[in-house]
Amino acid sequence: MATATAPNRRKSRLNRQGRAAHVFMLPWLVGLIGITALPTLASLYLAFTDYNILSTPEFIGIANFERMLADDRFWQSVRVTLTYVLVSVPLQLAFALLLALILDRGMRGLTFYRSAFYLPSLLGSSVAVAVLWRELFGHAGLINQALALVGIEGSSWLQNPQTALGTLVILNVWTFGSPMVIFLAGLRQIPEELYESARVDGASVLRQFGSITVPLLTPIIFFNLILQTIGAFQAFTQAHVVSGGSGGPVDSTLFYTLYIYQQGFTAFDMGYASALAWVLLVFIGAMTALHFLLSKYWVFYGD
Amino acid sequence: MTTHLVAPTAPTTGPAAGAPPRRRPRRRARSVARHAGLLVFVAFMLYPLVWMVTSAFTPESEILTGPLIPEELTLENFVAGWNSLTRPFWVFYGNSFVVTISSIVGNLFSCSLTAYALARLTFKARNAYFGIVLVSVMLPMHVLVIPQYIIFSQFDLVNTFVPLVLPKFLATDAFFIFLMVQFIRGIPRELDQAAAIDGAGPFRTFWYVIFPLMRPALVTTTIFTFIWTWNDFFTPLIYLTDQSVFTVPVALSSMVDAESNSGIGMLLAMSVLSLIPIMAFFAFAQKYLIRGITTTGLKG
Repeated sequence: MATATAPNRRKSRLNRQGRAAHVFMLPWLVGLIGITALPTLASLYLAFTDYNILSTPEFIGIANFERMLADDRFWQSVRVTLTYVLVSVPLQLAFALLLALILDRGMRGLTFYRSAFYLPSLLGSSVAVAVLWRELFGHAGLINQALALVGIEGSSWLQNPQTALGTLVILNVWTFGSPMVIFLAGLRQIPEELYESARVDGASVLRQFGSITVPLLTPIIFFNLILQTIGAFQAFTQAHVVSGGSGGPVDSTLFYTLYIYQQGFTAFDMGYASALAWVLLVFIGAMTALHFLLSKYWVFYGD
Repeated sequence: MTTHLVAPTAPTTGPAAGAPPRRRPRRRARSVARHAGLLVFVAFMLYPLVWMVTSAFTPESEILTGPLIPEELTLENFVAGWNSLTRPFWVFYGNSFVVTISSIVGNLFSCSLTAYALARLTFKARNAYFGIVLVSVMLPMHVLVIPQYIIFSQFDLVNTFVPLVLPKFLATDAFFIFLMVQFIRGIPRELDQAAAIDGAGPFRTFWYVIFPLMRPALVTTTIFTFIWTWNDFFTPLIYLTDQSVFTVPVALSSMVDAESNSGIGMLLAMSVLSLIPIMAFFAFAQKYLIRGITTTGLKG
């Protein structure tokens, strides 16, 4: 009997821990099933239905996806979103890296500069800053006042389909502070000895940058790139506030998320909106996977 | 996925410390130039915010024509904005605080419990559960929002705070679970074992040993939940349609929609008011905030 109890006791301890673990995880498990898993499956199903919240969902196969192919506003929102991501994210990261390099290595006032540059990131996603942007770039806004001082006649940036998206790109670039803070932390990780021995070997500053700083920073660049890209794909507030929810003028700021919102919560075409949302999910997933695949060729992990 | 990517390190001493004295003047000139350049850039970056604040105190008619520093300060924009919707603005403030504080409590409660189980208790399928946490971190909310809306509206919970707050009590911000798991893994196991020898079960070990030691992770969670919830626009926009339950961002946005040409000052005044809690938080929690970003890569 004594020989049998030892493993049993261990097993019962495991059972006890298992029970306790599930009690600890109960809130999360309930949320996982009720608020994440079931809605995910439900939205996958709804993507294949015609559903306007009042009627019961009617299964229509891939009709929603066929509709997308012929939907000009869908393609417009894809174009707007891709332009926004591909222009604003690289610019934002370039600013972040440049400023991090300038601020690097224990310069005086580092804390002040870091906070000052971080502040826009902190506020950038708020409605208040979107309101501010409306007033800055509006017809009688501050930007045109400033341009008038140097004799340039401004246009109404937000009413012009050529420039409206540009103002939102500027807003995203303006929030370069948070990737900058991450770059700063990454730069500190690079051992000073590497630079010292490079100097001893007579390497120029440019050479040091190309052969030490950039390679050792690639994991951080990669990380920031993924994070900011995923964030930019899901941008919503700025476009909604600046265009008054329309994505205008002439759909020039029709972010993909804004189009989902319009279809789902203005037109209550929830089947189509779910299909749109799944396309976004698959696209972000594919994009992230691609980033990871490509990272093999340019991201340098020291070991 | 990223907690250990960047670890904060002790501040490095400047390279100037060991520099030979003869190079000092040139170095100083360069440093002055660098500071001058940076300060100009800071001013350029922050000018819109400064303009927002000064305009809020400027009489409506002078905002876009007068000098930057108004000749006389006025509170008329605040008075006009405060009462421009069917409820006074403090209602929206109150709503925002209720939602934000409940969300913080919810995240601290649910995520810490889950994280403890995943980090410390031994049970079947633990790794599978942890994998699910990681996957759900990456799930964009737009995929979930429509079915969630349908569920909450079936239960007649539209125009209540339940759809905004309940998910936090159910640990749907899985990122914080991940953050806390990584943190708990760094706490020495000897402490748990000592508690176990003293007869403490998992619950008492969690409450008396682990939870108090998790403070830095809890602070980071609090800060980011505060900022995200206070600024959140998408969720309240969908669930709150009645002005009596509006949070500050939705109220602001509906002021924009109703904007006449004479409303700029009022809009900016209310925008300034809406940012005050974030700015105050930033001022007090700055140190922790920067530490939080550098250890987690989170965006404010």
